[in-house]
Amino acid sequence: MTGNKSTQKQDAFAVKEKIFRGILYSAAIIVLFLVLGFLITLTIHSQLSIKEYGFGFVFGKVWKPTKNELGALPFIVGTFYTSFFALLLSIPFSLSIAIFLGEYFKEGAISTFLKSSVELLAGMPSIIYGFWGIFMLVPIVQKIQIALGIAPYGVGIFTSSIILTIMILPYSASIGREVIQLVPDDLKEAAYSLGATRFEVIRKVIIPYARSGIFAGIILSLGRALGETMAVMMLIGNLNKIPKGIFSPANTMASLIANDFAETTEELYLSAIIEIGLILFLITMIINLIGRMIIKKTSVT
Amino acid sequence: MRHTKFRIAANRIFQGIIIFLSFIIIVPLFLIILHIVVNGISAINWQFLVSLPAPMGEKDGGIANAIVGTFIIIIISSILAIPVGVLSGIFLYEYKNSKLSEVIRMCVEVLMGVPSIVLGIIAYLWIVLSFGSFSALSGSIALSIMMLPVIIRTTEETLCLIPDTLREASLALGVPYYRTILKVIVPAGFSGILTGILLSITRIAGETAPLLFTSFGNPYMNLNIFKPTETLPHLIYVYATSPYKQWHNAAWGASFILVVFVLGLNFITKILVRR
Repeated sequence: MTGNKSTQKQDAFAVKEKIFRGILYSAAIIVLFLVLGFLITLTIHSQLSIKEYGFGFVFGKVWKPTKNELGALPFIVGTFYTSFFALLLSIPFSLSIAIFLGEYFKEGAISTFLKSSVELLAGMPSIIYGFWGIFMLVPIVQKIQIALGIAPYGVGIFTSSIILTIMILPYSASIGREVIQLVPDDLKEAAYSLGATRFEVIRKVIIPYARSGIFAGIILSLGRALGETMAVMMLIGNLNKIPKGIFSPANTMASLIANDFAETTEELYLSAIIEIGLILFLITMIINLIGRMIIKKTSVT
Repeated sequence: MRHTKFRIAANRIFQGIIIFLSFIIIVPLFLIILHIVVNGISAINWQFLVSLPAPMGEKDGGIANAIVGTFIIIIISSILAIPVGVLSGIFLYEYKNSKLSEVIRMCVEVLMGVPSIVLGIIAYLWIVLSFGSFSALSGSIALSIMMLPVIIRTTEETLCLIPDTLREASLALGVPYYRTILKVIVPAGFSGILTGILLSITRIAGETAPLLFTSFGNPYMNLNIFKPTETLPHLIYVYATSPYKQWHNAAWGASFILVVFVLGLNFITKILVRR
């Protein structure tokens, strides 16, 4: 009787165990289906545009919805232009912060202060950067443009790149700090014992050792810059043409989507915008996976 | 001799440059906070917090609808994201080395990097098109997808830090596996999981892009999750890009509240992490 009861109890446990594992599996499957669902949904809804323009969509230089002439090149160029410029500007600063926090001042009040500041910058919502940019950065850029004798738009690639620089800095800085802290002490001490100065240790030991990790941090911050929407949209001037220069207004893939997606009811146009979303998704996905792969490799060795 | 002097000088100069470049970032941070505090505080009073936006030209408008809307959307997103996120995290801990886990981990990386505007498109195509209307629900779904990877990753990391002896002790007492996980492992990692949840909320609280064509906006108070709903970030966007001075002031006030909320949440999370 009692034996019967205990096997019954065990059976009940076994059933519950199965249910529990089933729940775990379904949660994980949801995550997988989400990502697959993105790809499928975006591809299906951009069918119309893919059929109409084919592969040439990516190289089309003209974006004229009224004439049904749609090419994505202006936005692809605009996106990479702003992102790479921002990346270039951010590297000296993020590298300095990484070295500062990872090597010079690992702890203490100054380091806590700088670390908190970087965290605050990372936590600030993108809309706040955009809003502040409109009222603070745009007038400054206009003054620069007047001084240089160019049309003082204030908005454009330059302005949005500056804001992007501030926004992506925290990411590469914090990853850089982590990898710099991972450099083994005995390597550094060996260099010091040979009479190297701190500068030489950083340049010849720390940077080469942490190089790929620092690079991964930069790649990941590039991923962020490419997909950044609000601040860029408010500061880039929203001009659907291939940018002529650094001060020229332009549009990025993300800012075009944000601006035009809800505005249109025309099917082909909507489908083209969704295709741009698909391209943006694929680009950021590849960049992110590359960055993560490098990080994984460096943390293993 | 001169060579050594040169090297020491180079060392000093380099250190100076590093310190200078590091601290330059304080300048924009300081300017942003200064601007928001100075312009924001003058816009905020009790009236501003509890009343609805006034029509253009009338005074004494407020942002009550946006504050309520933001909270509604954060609550729905959390309800959607927390169970799936925590359970997936447990899955990754439980089946560490399985093939499926590898795939899921990659999906988490992908989700982490999806531009938020793309999530807006997805939520629009999935929810707004099916229901035929902009809604708080569609915005919440977009934001909950943004929360997921943060929750999953922190849950997995937290659980992996819990010593195996704890699990073995429980199993040795004859406790079934699922109860060991639910009653021993998860409680032991509770504060870590909670931190992940808070982190994920700070990630979405100020998010605007996915809401542009999902929850949209609404000048009235709305509690129905199937109707368009105003949120703080969206209101800031609309007011900031408008040409009216009065709306700019309201946007500064709303920015102040948003920043205090987001950074406050950040601060609380940080204290939790330290403990």
